[in-house]
Amino acid sequence: MEAAENRRETGGGASLPTGPGDGKQKRLGDSPSMGGFLRRAKVFLRRMLRSKSAVIGGTLILIVVLAALLAPRLAPYNPYEMQMGNRLSPPSAEHLLGTDQYGRDLLSRIIYGSIVSLQVGVIAVGFAAALGVLLGLLAGYYGGWADRLIMGLVDVFLAFPVILLAIALVAALGPSPRNVMLALGLIYWTTYARTVRSSVLAIKEEEYILAARTTGAGDMRIIFLHILPNALAPIIVMATLGLGTAIISESTLSFLGLGVQAPEASWGNTMAFGLKFLRDAPHLSIFPGLAIMLTVLGFNLLGNGIRDVTDPKLNGRF
Amino acid sequence: MAKYIFKRILQIIPVVLGITIIVFFLIRLIPGDPALALLGTDATPEELARTRARLGLDKSYLVQLALYLRDIFTLNFGESIVQHKPVMEIIGSSFPATLELAVAAIIVSLVVAVPLGVLSAVKQNSWADYVSMFFAQLGTSMPVFWIGLLLILAFSLKLQWLPSFGRGEPLAEAVGALFATGSAAPLLDSLRRLLLPAVSLGVMGAALISRMIRSTMLEVLDSDYVRTARAKGTREGKVVLKHAFRNALLPVVTTVGLQFGSLLGGAIVTETVFAWPGIGRVIVTAIFQRDFPLVQGGVICVAVAFATLNLLVDLLYAVINPKLRA
Repeated sequence: MEAAENRRETGGGASLPTGPGDGKQKRLGDSPSMGGFLRRAKVFLRRMLRSKSAVIGGTLILIVVLAALLAPRLAPYNPYEMQMGNRLSPPSAEHLLGTDQYGRDLLSRIIYGSIVSLQVGVIAVGFAAALGVLLGLLAGYYGGWADRLIMGLVDVFLAFPVILLAIALVAALGPSPRNVMLALGLIYWTTYARTVRSSVLAIKEEEYILAARTTGAGDMRIIFLHILPNALAPIIVMATLGLGTAIISESTLSFLGLGVQAPEASWGNTMAFGLKFLRDAPHLSIFPGLAIMLTVLGFNLLGNGIRDVTDPKLNGRF
Repeated sequence: MAKYIFKRILQIIPVVLGITIIVFFLIRLIPGDPALALLGTDATPEELARTRARLGLDKSYLVQLALYLRDIFTLNFGESIVQHKPVMEIIGSSFPATLELAVAAIIVSLVVAVPLGVLSAVKQNSWADYVSMFFAQLGTSMPVFWIGLLLILAFSLKLQWLPSFGRGEPLAEAVGALFATGSAAPLLDSLRRLLLPAVSLGVMGAALISRMIRSTMLEVLDSDYVRTARAKGTREGKVVLKHAFRNALLPVVTTVGLQFGSLLGGAIVTETVFAWPGIGRVIVTAIFQRDFPLVQGGVICVAVAFATLNLLVDLLYAVINPKLRA
């Protein structure tokens, strides 16, 4: 889904005119030296702090990451401790968000649920990005049959609705968080491959690449040292937005019973019980969904912020 | 143009072939013996061997693949293990329900997105713009099934206005009944049952489309010909609707088309929440019942429908884009 969005959206600063040739991206200076890198990082950070979207998104993500890291300290109860006499109780002073069908504290389970959501999101996106970037670099740089084969594969993968392919893959591999990560990685690589390929096509004609080649640099050196760093900004934006999408997909699979399995705490599988007890315990559906929404919102806002800051069309507007 | 259309239609062939091959290997990935799944654990070794031979499982993968492709392209998806009916029959009876849901969701998306997107663009940086873009941002951050749960909570359980699950008469038949008998009751029932699933599925599309309309409208409103139209003294309403909105429609058509495709995916989840008898629910149920022929047929059909839709969107885009009309 995020791919489609990336294709269609022209960025948060939508009022700016777009034109052909936007694929050629020069970002915050092209010098690969260390001093240049630090300078660029400083400029980048300053611009990020000025972007409302990035600051709000970053704050939301910081909260979720802290919740995951500090889960054992933050959670008021053991998320696996059952109190059968206290089942499906509504939010109260004792249990701020109420309890689930086994009398487990919902707040503690939501805090612990952030661990699996972030884990699945980060690993799935990392896997997808690594695979997609590698294949996109090869397709764009070498062209020819490698390009046709890889892009043909991309077309076939994009012919499946994402969640359908995820469901089919997880059904085949067996439901577990590990297989959810694997499945999502195997699905999301396509968007990275496409974007990286088109960046490579633009970059490889640049003069500094020709210069590198005339000095005798080999293909691998050119691809990883000269082309990749200059194709990085859209990859980072896509990965940030992709984390949100991956978290939604994980929760969807868990909701359908194909992801994280009981008794492990996950936002999606809590809501699967929420559907069963919708009348008696609406809190089981409301709060985990809220956690998902705020996390995904955080990644979306952060991703949009990074896009605005790194988008060359917006340079000079800050 | 004709050449482009022909080329684009040819391109779908390897895609469909790829889809079927991926599904073939997926099904083979599943641990366990399909013959055992079919016959149950009390089958004798002879029975198992016979079933394996009948399913072609005793042959090499290459031969199996060839047989499988032959079956798929003659639309023979085999028989459901659980329902003992041809897979094609089950798909044929459930697919229209999914289509109905997806079309309704797209209508909901457009009804919400067009006014919001236009308003945001025309009143850029006003509170109306901020509020609608805030909701658009939220709309893309919520899981489809959660929206469904919230809608059921509010409109079925608390307010008790709308039913929370199931489908009424198919809309086409309900409309037919209206004309045949003059009774509007079946149509109203169908619409009442359709409303919540359609809204929950349509929210994401509404969010994406309104953002798309806003950004293209802003771009167009900033262009030279709109400035010229304004300089000529054309009324603002006419400038917005005739000059800006019409030109902003082009990318919107693509978005709507792509969105329609991904609705097929979202429908799988929505159908589970609302017990809507569509293809998505069929696939999910079949997975849990280990009814592999049905899973295989369902996945292939949805993917091929999705690929075909994308093709149609591309063709439509080529037809309405004057730049490609040469």
